[in-house]
Amino acid sequence: MAGIQFQSIRKIFGKTIAANDVSLEIKNGEFMVLLGPSGCGKTTLLRCLAGLERVDGGRVFIGDRDVTDLAPRDRKIAMVFQSYAVFPHLTVFDNIAFGLQMQNRPRDEIKRRVEESARMLELSDYLKRYPAQLSGGQRQRVAVARAIVMQAAVLLMDEPLSNLDALLRLQMRAELKRLHSDIKATTIYVTHDQVEALSLGDRIAVMQNGRIVQCDAPMNIYDYPANKFVGGFIGTPPMNFLPGVVRVNDGKPVAVVGESQIAPSAALASALSAKNGQPILLGIRPENLALAPSQQANTIRARVRVVEPLGSHKLLTMQVGSEISKVSVAPDQRVAPDEDVWLHFDPEKIRWMDAASGEAISSIV
Amino acid sequence: MKSSLSRRHIFNQIFLYSAAILLALWTLAPLYLIALAAFSTKEAVFQWPKLFLPTAFSTETMAFFVSSTGVLDSVWNSVVVALVTVAASLILGAPGGYALARFRFRGRDAIQLGFLVSKMFPTAILSVPLAVAFLQMDLYDTIWGVALMHTAMALPFVIIVTAGIFVGVPRDLEEAAQTLGCNRLQAFLRVVAPLTIPGLAAAAIFTFVLSWNEVFAATILTLRNRTLPAQVLSGLSGSPLYYRYAGGFFMILPAVVFIFAIRKYLLNMWGNIVR
Repeated sequence: MAGIQFQSIRKIFGKTIAANDVSLEIKNGEFMVLLGPSGCGKTTLLRCLAGLERVDGGRVFIGDRDVTDLAPRDRKIAMVFQSYAVFPHLTVFDNIAFGLQMQNRPRDEIKRRVEESARMLELSDYLKRYPAQLSGGQRQRVAVARAIVMQAAVLLMDEPLSNLDALLRLQMRAELKRLHSDIKATTIYVTHDQVEALSLGDRIAVMQNGRIVQCDAPMNIYDYPANKFVGGFIGTPPMNFLPGVVRVNDGKPVAVVGESQIAPSAALASALSAKNGQPILLGIRPENLALAPSQQANTIRARVRVVEPLGSHKLLTMQVGSEISKVSVAPDQRVAPDEDVWLHFDPEKIRWMDAASGEAISSIV
Repeated sequence: MKSSLSRRHIFNQIFLYSAAILLALWTLAPLYLIALAAFSTKEAVFQWPKLFLPTAFSTETMAFFVSSTGVLDSVWNSVVVALVTVAASLILGAPGGYALARFRFRGRDAIQLGFLVSKMFPTAILSVPLAVAFLQMDLYDTIWGVALMHTAMALPFVIIVTAGIFVGVPRDLEEAAQTLGCNRLQAFLRVVAPLTIPGLAAAAIFTFVLSWNEVFAATILTLRNRTLPAQVLSGLSGSPLYYRYAGGFFMILPAVVFIFAIRKYLLNMWGNIVR
């Protein structure tokens, strides 16, 4: 068992800085998700940990060992590749046994451990087959079995579900989560799928342009995004951002949006009082907006543009001033396109952001 | 509209197949006639009008050719030269191909182009300097000298072809092997090698045929220790017609068999190194 430490990792490809002084500490047994759009450096960071890329600066620790200059095979890691990288010339059994054979383990131990991992991934009936005779989902299981059979302290996964179809992905996601709770290896999981990240991670590190923008528990990332990028990247549909201006009336700050006023939660009031006259963004998730029958506190006039019934909820596309906002309402909500409605903001759920920098304004940092 | 389109399609198909048949005949007809003459009686070779069916079958001419002085020795020389060429060019060329396939380095494209350009250089211009150099190195008139020359001629081909073969093995497989306890060499031997052996075998066979058929360098670099093509060529002008047919057939046979066996690898051979 081992924790992991990245100490100001820097990796440069030509003119691209793939990892820009990234530091991150992962606790023993933790499931850490590296999340970000393609090209943000998340896979690079994982490959630096695996030893498949040499870092251009910084150190990598696994447990107490400085592994920065070690070859992949000396790092005591196991990895699942996006392409599965299952060896086509070996049977499922030999694929799973490959790493143990490299360690010259006794035959009966290899057999026992391979069969155990195969059972965990429901591959017992396929041990004699070649990868070409398996479906994509089964190949993916072989790749996972091949990694967990090593009983490595650190398990690395590089977008392991991205080549599966949607239904299979849903199923494997739950299985990976169960697997982690069984084997308890420290796991680093790279993905660009925010739903996977929210579902699997003990913590999520959101990356952008070679940096970690925010690293926190999934619900904290969801509810309290550190900036506009994180709020916009996580959530389907993403967070809405409405521009407004701070005005302080009698010591009480409000955001003026169009002709309406939105009041902050009590906790934020003091932080906002200093920003009189400054432009801000109100970040709010679609499910935290509600339709109100009449004008009341914290409501804004809006016009319904599109109504999409999605079964579990209705997704509304709203015109708020010159901005478009997405609103999620109950499926039985009666609403029609081109209707003018009042939109109620839940003050506790609004994420106030500096309009210029996009950084969240927070009473507690 | 529709019928004119389909008529055009049919016309295109007819044109395509006619062209293919014409090209095939262009190559196959001489091969057939040579084989026919090689296995006919001496008299049948001179007969007029020519026979187009094997009515006068005889192995007499072939037997005469095979038993004539120097032929068996030159066959042995050819085999040794070809095998040495295959071994040397794979040992030197395959690592080069691997490097071209796996690593992005400065000048990679220029090197690739260089290999192709080197194939354009006419060997004839090099003949005198080569003969002089080989004389100085005591390699003249030895089969080792010929093998060395053939290796030099085959290397660009082997490097480019093996690069195409190695590109076909995803890098992920090697990296997976590395995370599972292999060093780079073990990853190559346990994962890349088993997957590329059919392709490498095809490259080896092609190199063998290249050396087996090569006549120019073999002729200028040897006098007594000749390979088969050089032997046949030197004896050709003074020989009777049926002897030439027999020699020609003997030369063609391995090439045809080998090319037939590896034809599917030859299709994706040239320049396929883009990832």
